[in-house]
Amino acid sequence: MKLIKDYSQIVGKEIIDELYLVADKLKGKKIQNINSTLSGGGVAEILSRMIPLMKDLGLDVGWDVLDADNKFFEITKKIHNALHGLGVDINEEEYDYFLQVNKANKDKILDQSDIVYIHDPQPIALIDQDRDQGKKWLWRCHVDFSKPKENVWEFLKAFIKKYQAAVFSAPAFARFLDCRQILISPSIDPLSDKNRNLEKREIDFVLEKYGIDPDKPIITQISRFDHLKDPLGVIESYRLVKKYIDCQLILAGGGASDDPQTAEVLKEAENLASADKDIFVLHLPSQSNLEINALQRASTVILQKSLKEGFGLTVCEALWKQKPVIASAVGGIPLQIAHKYSGILTYTTEGTAYWIKQLIQEPEYAKRLGDHGKKHVANNFLITRQIQDYLLLFLSLYNKSDIVDLG
Amino acid sequence: MNPFIFRTRINQIELLGKRAKNLEELLIEIKQISSASIYHHTHRFLEQHIFFSPEHPNDFSYWITTSLGLKQLGEIIASVEMFEFKDIELLRNKFVEIIQKYLLDNSSLRNCIPGEEFHFMSSKMFILSTPFQAHNLEDFLNCLKKITIHSFYFHMFEAKMRLQKGENDFSRWLKDNGFRQLGEQISYLDPYTHTLEGLRKKIINLIENYQKR
Repeated sequence: MKLIKDYSQIVGKEIIDELYLVADKLKGKKIQNINSTLSGGGVAEILSRMIPLMKDLGLDVGWDVLDADNKFFEITKKIHNALHGLGVDINEEEYDYFLQVNKANKDKILDQSDIVYIHDPQPIALIDQDRDQGKKWLWRCHVDFSKPKENVWEFLKAFIKKYQAAVFSAPAFARFLDCRQILISPSIDPLSDKNRNLEKREIDFVLEKYGIDPDKPIITQISRFDHLKDPLGVIESYRLVKKYIDCQLILAGGGASDDPQTAEVLKEAENLASADKDIFVLHLPSQSNLEINALQRASTVILQKSLKEGFGLTVCEALWKQKPVIASAVGGIPLQIAHKYSGILTYTTEGTAYWIKQLIQEPEYAKRLGDHGKKHVANNFLITRQIQDYLLLFLSLYNKSDIVDLG
Repeated sequence: MNPFIFRTRINQIELLGKRAKNLEELLIEIKQISSASIYHHTHRFLEQHIFFSPEHPNDFSYWITTSLGLKQLGEIIASVEMFEFKDIELLRNKFVEIIQKYLLDNSSLRNCIPGEEFHFMSSKMFILSTPFQAHNLEDFLNCLKKITIHSFYFHMFEAKMRLQKGENDFSRWLKDNGFRQLGEQISYLDPYTHTLEGLRKKIINLIENYQKR
């Protein structure tokens, strides 16, 4: 298990010292995180990494999960889809069941904490200001909230407004709300298998496993097989480049193979790629973090040609590896890339192809983009920054003014 | 000599839930949002890009140029001499004046494409003491090399405009402690035309050259 001091080598001792200074101001406060699952999914992953580090900083922080059945999770899946803007039908009985499960969990789950930090919509209705006088409540929304369906939004809003603050990942998710809204971007863990430094032999091993030529330029997109990630557009861009430059394309990622959409998109990509031995379509299991790391590090140029995106953390992962990244200007991607400084933002298949050619043929410029990108991520999107944001979030519950002198 | 106590600050970014899709809406909000929000949108870039200078030094000029396509206006907003302003309200008035004039001269203005609206934000500042203290010029130089970029930023930028001290903390301390010329040299530096690391290096060089005399 990683300790907070292990991150000094990456962010500097001063940043870690600052974390200790802030954490010290939260002495005596007990914090309880609540979400819907202990494993699987991005929320559980980030909590499992952050909570040990916060404990290591001396915080009294815990993590509990809702006790719920499949019927409940089928309803919350519908709520999740509605927040993404999909038209779904949730009836009164389902809303009632959602509330019933939350109510039944109140006595079981809530402890004597000073701050309750609720993650995502599943446990949102646990809040009970009348019963839990003195507790501070925070709601963290980890999902894309840019175009929620009105009826589901109205249902959730009745709970959100009872919280002291709501936390979102991107500015576009903010709404007119009675409570404060805080921006906390997601982050990557530089010491995880997906992002840690690799030995050359580890990278070569993965290239050899898939028959990828290390001496020929490699264009890579890492993402699940989903139309919104536009893997077919990536193949089209590659073909426009291939007319002039002998290169290879890697499309690698996960997505449940029993998900009908994943299977369909994967098949389409495989069909398009079948006649070209330089296209590698790799459907990887979810634990393939080291392989993804190696593929990114072996790449000449990395793409994230999404049509829609929540935050797009794969961009940060690529920038962290000092790679030149060409990505669509959607969702949270422009927060990660300043066009022509720390990467390239594009809008079309043709524009993506144009920039791939430029970056392969101008390695010095590509290197500069990668260097700037890594510094930008180091400064803004590492797990230590997210921990700091969480600490400030907790402190802000007890300090109202715009300027707070903590002494 | 009073010691210089290095402090630092960390920001929490607050979303105000207000947005603009065209220049008129931007102007309405610029007139009424908090001064902390104006400060946030004109200073955020400095800390996000500490090693290099992006083309647009503030969020307003970036959005006006890239999302509204108004390159000329974007350039005028980008070129506002931030260094000359000691007060956020005066800076707000300057932006209002520029945009109002532009709107008078240009009648047909379009909305940005959906999804590219300007989202107003603000920041809450938490100030903390650091273990670094300087009792003389040599200490000061050593600390300057070691402090975090956030501490450096706090004393150079926040002190002058957000905390309304009228001058950066480094210049004031140097002047108060017998290094008037050095203090003035630092206060003449336009910090908005440097990257943060570049600015730190320049101040370190000024002090080192002063010591060599």
